[in-house]
Amino acid sequence: MIHSFFIINNTGDVFMEKHWKSVINKSICDYFFEEQSKCASVDDVPPIIVTPHHYLINIYKNQLYFVAVVTTEVPPLFVTEFLHRAVEIFTDYFQECTETSLKDNYVIVYELLDEMLDNGFPLAMEANILKELIKPPNFLRTITDTVTGKSTGVSGTLPTGQLSNVPWRRTGVKYTNNEAYFDVIEEIDAIIDKSGSTVIAEITGYVDCLVKLSGMPDLTLSFINPRLLDDVSFHPCIRFKRWESERVLSFVPPDGNFRLISYHIASNNTVAIPIQLRHNILYREGSAGKFDVQISPKQTMGKTVENVVLECTFPKSVLNVTLTPTQGKYSFDPVGKVMTWDVGRIEPSKYPGIKGNISLQTGAPIPEANPPLTLHFSISQLALSGLKVNRLDMYGEKYKPFKGVKYLTKAGKFQVRT
Amino acid sequence: MSGNGLHVGTGGYANERPPSSTGSAEMDPATDPASSGFFSNDYKRHDDLKSMLDSNKDTSKLEAMKRIIGMVAKGKDASDLFPAVVKNVVSKNLEVKKLVYVYLTRYAEEQQDLALLSISTFQRALKDPNQLIRASALRVLSSIRVQMIAPIMMLAIKESVMDMSPFVRKTAAHAIPKMYSLDPEQKEQLIEVIEKLLADKTTLVAGSAIQAFEEVCPERIDLIHKNYRKLCNLLVDVEEWGQVVIINMLTRYARTQFTNPNKDEMQDEADRPFYDTDKEEEEEGAAEEKPQPKTYIMDPDHRLLLRQTKPLLNSRNAAVVMAVAQLYHHCAPKSEVGIVSRSLIRLLRSHKEVQYVVLCNIATMSIKRKGMFEPYLKSFYVRMNDPAPIKLLKLEILTNLATETNISTILRELQTYVTSSDKEFAAATIQAIGRCASSIAEITDTCLNGLVRLMSNRDESVVAESVVVIKKLLQTQSSGHKDIIIHMARMVDTITVPMARASILWLIGEYSDRVPKIAPDVLRKMAKGFISEEDIVKLQILNLAAKLFITNSKQTKLLVQYVFNLAKYDQNYDIRDRARFLRQVVMPGENSRGLFTKHAKKIFLATKPAPVLESKFKDRDQFQLGTLSHVINKRSTGYQELPDWPEVEPDPSVRNVEVVMPWTEKTTTKERKDKKPKKEAFYSDEESSSADEDSEEESSDDESEEDSSEEESNQEESDDESGSDGDEKSEKSEESKEDSEDESEEENSDEESEEGSEESDSASEEEVKPKARVTNKTDKKTPGAPAQSTGPASRDFLLDLDDFAPASSASSNTTGTPGDFLTPVMASSMSAMSISDKSPSSRSSTMISPLEVPLKMYELLNKMQGKGLTVSYKFTRTISVFSPKMVSIEMIFTNLSDKPINSIKIGDKKFQKGMEMQDFPEITILDVKATTSVLMAINFNDTTQPATFDICAQDHKFQVSITAPVGELCQPYTMNEKEFITQQGKLSGMNENTGSVEIHSDKPDPKTVVTTVYKVVNTLEVTSSEENVFRFAAKTVSAGTLVLISIKWKDTKATIIVNCEQMVIGTMLLKDLKTAFGMFS
Repeated sequence: MIHSFFIINNTGDVFMEKHWKSVINKSICDYFFEEQSKCASVDDVPPIIVTPHHYLINIYKNQLYFVAVVTTEVPPLFVTEFLHRAVEIFTDYFQECTETSLKDNYVIVYELLDEMLDNGFPLAMEANILKELIKPPNFLRTITDTVTGKSTGVSGTLPTGQLSNVPWRRTGVKYTNNEAYFDVIEEIDAIIDKSGSTVIAEITGYVDCLVKLSGMPDLTLSFINPRLLDDVSFHPCIRFKRWESERVLSFVPPDGNFRLISYHIASNNTVAIPIQLRHNILYREGSAGKFDVQISPKQTMGKTVENVVLECTFPKSVLNVTLTPTQGKYSFDPVGKVMTWDVGRIEPSKYPGIKGNISLQTGAPIPEANPPLTLHFSISQLALSGLKVNRLDMYGEKYKPFKGVKYLTKAGKFQVRT
Repeated sequence: MSGNGLHVGTGGYANERPPSSTGSAEMDPATDPASSGFFSNDYKRHDDLKSMLDSNKDTSKLEAMKRIIGMVAKGKDASDLFPAVVKNVVSKNLEVKKLVYVYLTRYAEEQQDLALLSISTFQRALKDPNQLIRASALRVLSSIRVQMIAPIMMLAIKESVMDMSPFVRKTAAHAIPKMYSLDPEQKEQLIEVIEKLLADKTTLVAGSAIQAFEEVCPERIDLIHKNYRKLCNLLVDVEEWGQVVIINMLTRYARTQFTNPNKDEMQDEADRPFYDTDKEEEEEGAAEEKPQPKTYIMDPDHRLLLRQTKPLLNSRNAAVVMAVAQLYHHCAPKSEVGIVSRSLIRLLRSHKEVQYVVLCNIATMSIKRKGMFEPYLKSFYVRMNDPAPIKLLKLEILTNLATETNISTILRELQTYVTSSDKEFAAATIQAIGRCASSIAEITDTCLNGLVRLMSNRDESVVAESVVVIKKLLQTQSSGHKDIIIHMARMVDTITVPMARASILWLIGEYSDRVPKIAPDVLRKMAKGFISEEDIVKLQILNLAAKLFITNSKQTKLLVQYVFNLAKYDQNYDIRDRARFLRQVVMPGENSRGLFTKHAKKIFLATKPAPVLESKFKDRDQFQLGTLSHVINKRSTGYQELPDWPEVEPDPSVRNVEVVMPWTEKTTTKERKDKKPKKEAFYSDEESSSADEDSEEESSDDESEEDSSEEESNQEESDDESGSDGDEKSEKSEESKEDSEDESEEENSDEESEEGSEESDSASEEEVKPKARVTNKTDKKTPGAPAQSTGPASRDFLLDLDDFAPASSASSNTTGTPGDFLTPVMASSMSAMSISDKSPSSRSSTMISPLEVPLKMYELLNKMQGKGLTVSYKFTRTISVFSPKMVSIEMIFTNLSDKPINSIKIGDKKFQKGMEMQDFPEITILDVKATTSVLMAINFNDTTQPATFDICAQDHKFQVSITAPVGELCQPYTMNEKEFITQQGKLSGMNENTGSVEIHSDKPDPKTVVTTVYKVVNTLEVTSSEENVFRFAAKTVSAGTLVLISIKWKDTKATIIVNCEQMVIGTMLLKDLKTAFGMFS
């Protein structure tokens, strides 16, 4: 299936390679660079590149390209999914998946890659299993290793999870403080048209967990309004039958961080948009263009909107903008022509605004359409869809865990057409 | 040496802060502080690494290995260290060992001789009690790609397949494709191993086993039959990666083994979408009961697959969701495909790479199944910051989804895209509008007007694109649009983009007949500014001039001449050339004859074919969805064509898992019935049962009987199956308990029982289904009935039953012999039963049941000898009801004399030792011209010695003898190919008889071959994986000795091999077969 794997950084340096079958020279990446050079933006690189004898399937994450080489027919999503999963695992191990962290831990990365695939086919992809096989870097352990002269980085026995029905959980977990945190995070994706009406708005939600519970706990999470969840994808630990029949999430959780479910609430259900924009953008010859935007909250259920950031990508013909915000700071990137206004939180008393002039390149034609505005914001203690956790029960263990639920609403791809 | 010490020092440092500073950063020559003299330095460093590897300190070894791995990771050559590294394969330190393994897999190929040094270590490790060590040893051993060790690898794989640990078995499954790529010659052996792995019941192994199957022998679909149901049922518990592979394989399987569920619905596609939403709501259970068109009833196994995969749509793994989606797209009834759309839409929220692939697939699906994605139209709206490839795909889908009802929404959305600052995208949008306009007639005018407005856009590409699209649209329209052309003509004054000007001129020229007044005026304007135009425009001006001259020479002659003259002195030679050529054609000089002029109109104003505006994804549906080939729209290496549905459903019974010995099984049931004391009771029993089970029976007697027996056998099978399922479950639960002792057991059992009940549900469902199908089939197959009717004559016999029954019952009442209830009724019903019983057991590719072969009749007594009584007999080939060791014989008595014959029975017998005989009940009276048949049985003791006995009729005695041909001394025996080959291996040498026959047809028709064998021997074909090799297995009736027949066909020669422990039977069988095939040629 997956033949080889390369990691390429932004400057085009292939700094890591791994082969699961015979060796493919890294010059194969030249095809990738060729394709990359054709693209205007890093995002535009096609995920699948065809070369005479190989197919390069790549993902772009954290300014790194992860390129898998395949030689025969394979479901492309299989490879894409693997690459993303690998990145997730690296992030889990090193807290971040960047060029430096990968280079610093190259031995572990290499061992992980070796363990993940066998003959190009996934062998162990569960973080919990891998962590038992190969210990994540840990400062304390490295010191003891150096002192005692032993290495404990690699385990000599097969993680029991690999053979069990719960491959995602390792055995013998022990914590002094048993705790389980659930974050219900909802992202709102919307397109708002010129007049302020909603073209499309949908919610994508996640329940991300941090579970630190000893032994083999069996958890049951129920919602007050599970009917909202009609389009869900589950972590394999969830018992699908219980969900089908009772609409509760019953599972033996993995240890540590994981995403329990993700759900999608489609556009058919009306979604309350928590924020409103008033905008007036005008291009005129010279520096007479006008830019005037005001942000005001709308349907926030009494919560404050925080971390508001407004982005505007101007066309190439815009030279500069001179603006005065009533709140926060703004910056303009003259190369990418991106104006970023960091608004901060919206106080209920006054609504932030930004006003000023746009100067166009002399001689260039006046742009026809106004630039779309992208908004970022977050509202804590609110799940926009109204989803609420009812209760969490634990079976199978005797101790009383500490439980916590947090709600957060964020802007996903929130775009306002002007 | 000081250098050495220094490096150890750095090693220690690196250990404190793991590989940070000594990590790959230092490996990079560019950042290496000493890179200035790096040749010598490099050499030295390797030297140094070597000494570290040789040291007996684990820390320095580890440090050295880490640095070497750094080089490997960076892609730098570290092969010269091979000898030093390979020594450390025996290291006790696990991490060192692991890194050495990594190094070995990378370089062993290049250093084959040295790599061999490490083999013995792996061989030892393969026997290690620790499963992880066994597994990793196998992994490395199979990964080092050294041709020489292929036999060792093979051995290791074969052993590991039997390993206790499923993890090791999984690793073995992974090793198979490696082995195969190393030595494709071993395919046969590997297939055997794969077969073993496929039978594995652990979920851990399933995915990898299928992957091995797909890479080595995807064409051996027959290996799946037996595992099909198991795979479907285990699917949910298999890890996600395995699920993808299994589902993809099962898609192919379904396409070869089931019939097209949409065959009957091809016509009424139009009103489908409307239905869809209704059906989606219902659970699949309900959908099942839905009155499908009568001609199609879904195979329960097909249903099983769809049902088991449905929950996987909720998987977190995009590849799994996609796999299920493509399965539904390719294999589900139209009404059920809809359920996948929502899950696919959910994937659109994922990473952009996932989005891209999913959108590609939706684009293809949306061409054929508009209704499926229409509710999600808005999910395909483009955001300005989407990556370019995704924008284009979304646009494509929006266009595909356009219908009369939603077109206004789509158009409004598309309008906003046109103004996008991404000009490429804007241009694509205009093309999309054009496609919408051409496919939906109602909006063509609106679109045209909108496009006309776009022509005044400041952006060149937008204008050019819209003019081009308008041009295409006008071409597809047969008439009208005069106003648009006029409008465009006016725009010539304002539009500056050369491409657009050129297109307008072309349009006016082409449709000058629609705007006869304006066209010359446009030419006048253009002629005025000719010199300052771009070349491309100049060419079109010439074109326009020529066309106008043809249609309207009076008004334009001077103008045209002027233009041609201007062009004559143009700087561009293309234009000069064109002008010269056009002038010659349209206004030839006096001296030329103007042949072309006559046809000028035809040449220039011929109707041009309208360009077709259609989806770029039109041709993509030739590829299976979700595959790489589909996304790149090109056949990739190793792509397997998705087969078309078979016209006729292949035998579904091949998937029945239990290899029941039909014979022993049957006899027990029969014995049970035999013991029933009273005949009446038996009768009523049968009647009631048939009434119960076939309440809606309307067919004739014999059919209903057949049905019920079929039913019975089915039930038996499903019983067996559910039993085995239960076993599996309990096994699993045990396992899980072991692993998770702390897990609440209540919970566990709860779930188990839940699953169990569902299982039984499905089982009962299945029970109902087959019956329906069977009746259906018989209905359908009536034309093909000869196969059955020519078969056992005993069936015909059933019809005579009524005539005969009173007589027999009378006899039973009077005589009361032990065989009293062994009346023809019984016998025939039994035989009918075993027929239907046998069809599932005969797994022959040719689908011939041995009983379908016409049975040979032998004459026992002719009219002259028997004084009017004729007796003939045949071997029924069923298991004798009297004793399984006897050969069942049916005797047919006919009275050809002129008066009834009384009391026909058996008299004295003269038998060889060991032979015995079960008499037939006395026939009290045989009327004139009447025929009756009775069943008797003889134990020939596996010899061909005659059984001699007297038949007494009234006062006469006729001595007769029956000799059974060897073939009749056998009974079919079910076994699989592998078993056959092993058994054959045991019966070699003296026990093997070989002969060959010259045959004049070089291509054997499998059916004829099988029938020929069946005629001679009562046996059963063993499904053979090889072409032109036929295998049959049987056991002798009395002693149960194995008889194996194999026929190999090569060119015009058929080699027959008979293996049997009893040499006499072997030789005689061979002789008989040779004769039979001799005749056949």
